[in-house]
Amino acid sequence: MDLHNVNYIPQRDGYGQGLLALCAQRQDVLVLDADVSASTRTNWVKDQYPDHFYNLGISEQDLVGTAAGLALGGLIPYVSTYGVFLSGRAFDQLRTTVCYNNLKVRFGGAHAGISVGPDGATHQALEDIALARVLPHMTVIAPCDSEETRKAVIAAADIDGPVYFRFGREAVPLITDEATPFTIGKARLVRQGTDCAVFACGAMVYEALLAAETLAQQGISLRVIDLHTIKPLDEEAVLDAARACGALVTAEEHQMAGGLFGAVAEAAARLCPVPMEAVAVHDTFGESGSPQALMDRYGLNAAAIVRSVRWALARKG
Amino acid sequence: MTYDLPALCRQVRRDILTMTHAAGSGHPGGSLSAVEILVSLYFDQMTLDPHQPQDPHRDRFLLSKGHAAPALYSVLARRGFFDPGLLPTLRQLDSPLQGHPHMDRLPGLDCSSGSLGQGLSIANGLALAARHRGQTYRAYCLLGDGEVQEGQLWEAAMTAAHFGLDNVCAIVDDNGVQLDGLTRDIMNVEPLGEKFLAFGWHVIGVDGHDLAALAAAFRQAKATKGKPTVLIARTVKGKGVSFMEGKPAWHGKAPNAQELSAALAELQ
Repeated sequence: MDLHNVNYIPQRDGYGQGLLALCAQRQDVLVLDADVSASTRTNWVKDQYPDHFYNLGISEQDLVGTAAGLALGGLIPYVSTYGVFLSGRAFDQLRTTVCYNNLKVRFGGAHAGISVGPDGATHQALEDIALARVLPHMTVIAPCDSEETRKAVIAAADIDGPVYFRFGREAVPLITDEATPFTIGKARLVRQGTDCAVFACGAMVYEALLAAETLAQQGISLRVIDLHTIKPLDEEAVLDAARACGALVTAEEHQMAGGLFGAVAEAAARLCPVPMEAVAVHDTFGESGSPQALMDRYGLNAAAIVRSVRWALARKG
Repeated sequence: MTYDLPALCRQVRRDILTMTHAAGSGHPGGSLSAVEILVSLYFDQMTLDPHQPQDPHRDRFLLSKGHAAPALYSVLARRGFFDPGLLPTLRQLDSPLQGHPHMDRLPGLDCSSGSLGQGLSIANGLALAARHRGQTYRAYCLLGDGEVQEGQLWEAAMTAAHFGLDNVCAIVDDNGVQLDGLTRDIMNVEPLGEKFLAFGWHVIGVDGHDLAALAAAFRQAKATKGKPTVLIARTVKGKGVSFMEGKPAWHGKAPNAQELSAALAELQ
């Protein structure tokens, strides 16, 4: 793949396409939104499959509770709104109503990460992976591009229990296609490498590939893994990478605490401890700015991954 | 089949007291206030079959005030969902009778509950599912009057009215008492009927301990089309036990042996 000649498509388009595909095939899939359907692309469902769509207004707690009732009634609701409100405002509803009952509710956490941009910190979900991941029964998926998001939405329809997807607002590089394999719970090896491995999710997978290209020119072989499913974690992929490379880096648009770094570090600490570095947001809120400026300001880019790989390699000895 | 409902109510009250005494904890006050409501629903009003607890056409019941679990457990057991011999295991390790209801542990529970304010949203979802799938079951939801202090309840009240969910019936167990004191002193929720009316509901005021009045109210709710119905059921916290009635102290305290025997003597 030529990393410097890619199409840019928002992941939320893949979310909308996945929902359309499901509604075309199945009567039991419903789509719920909380007054942001134009943002989440669920308005595509509203327009094409109005019988499958409910707008609950600006009431995330009731939105999640209603979805739980629909699931108890035998339907599969996809609940869609900004990830920051879905995981935060409705956390108790996620925990005690949906996860405790292990209900088949799917959560589309849109506008995730700092790349939401000018709306600022209130709208930037930087804690949602942690909040979703800590809940028993919850599956957590952070796809790398719109195509992988589409596949995840479709693949999740039939799995048991609740699922949380997170995806961004901005157009990001399309780095997979229809033929690219995607299995929930199975990390995807994107680039083979032997000196260090980077586990990335979301748009950071592309940044990791750019970093690998840069490092290759300096004689460093970087393995790149798309860890789209953060829970259940593909521990075998973590163990294999730690053993083979001896140093790990993670990359995510999320707080370092509790997110993808946390998930990988928890597994590596038990299975095969090696030097690790995190490319993430470090215990701070975001702010307004253009998406690119924010990604650079908060060190969420290929250059930051290159630096982190070098630190990890230095500690590897 | 017709049941002796007043006798069942006395039995359920004895169960509640015996169970909470055995557990050494639990919520007798708000369980006792809900007895007639639950007995009316499970022995008279709801379409259900205890031998098919997962029947997709059954009416659903959401105990939004999950701390009244002892009352619901007793009613389910007496209705034949499970062996009443399990009742004394309330709150013990490995018991299907969790401190607050957990649906995966006990057949007959339509949902878990315990975190207040959430049941009506779930009832609405079940009602929407019935509409989507062309089913005719109804969704009942029992709320506490203290519980309606939760904001989500009013989000759900809007939702039920907005979608015209006439297959939803909420019941407020309006016993006027919450954990810390009288509801009117802690955070006044009145006028409750007017609030629901303003939200677009059909509102029925009813004596929550009058079985005939409850039955009439539930029938009226079934006949009400185009909007959800709420019963504002005036009740007495600790109803049936003289020294518990109206006392906030009995919200979440189990009777000791002496109190149990005094209470049971009043319920023969």
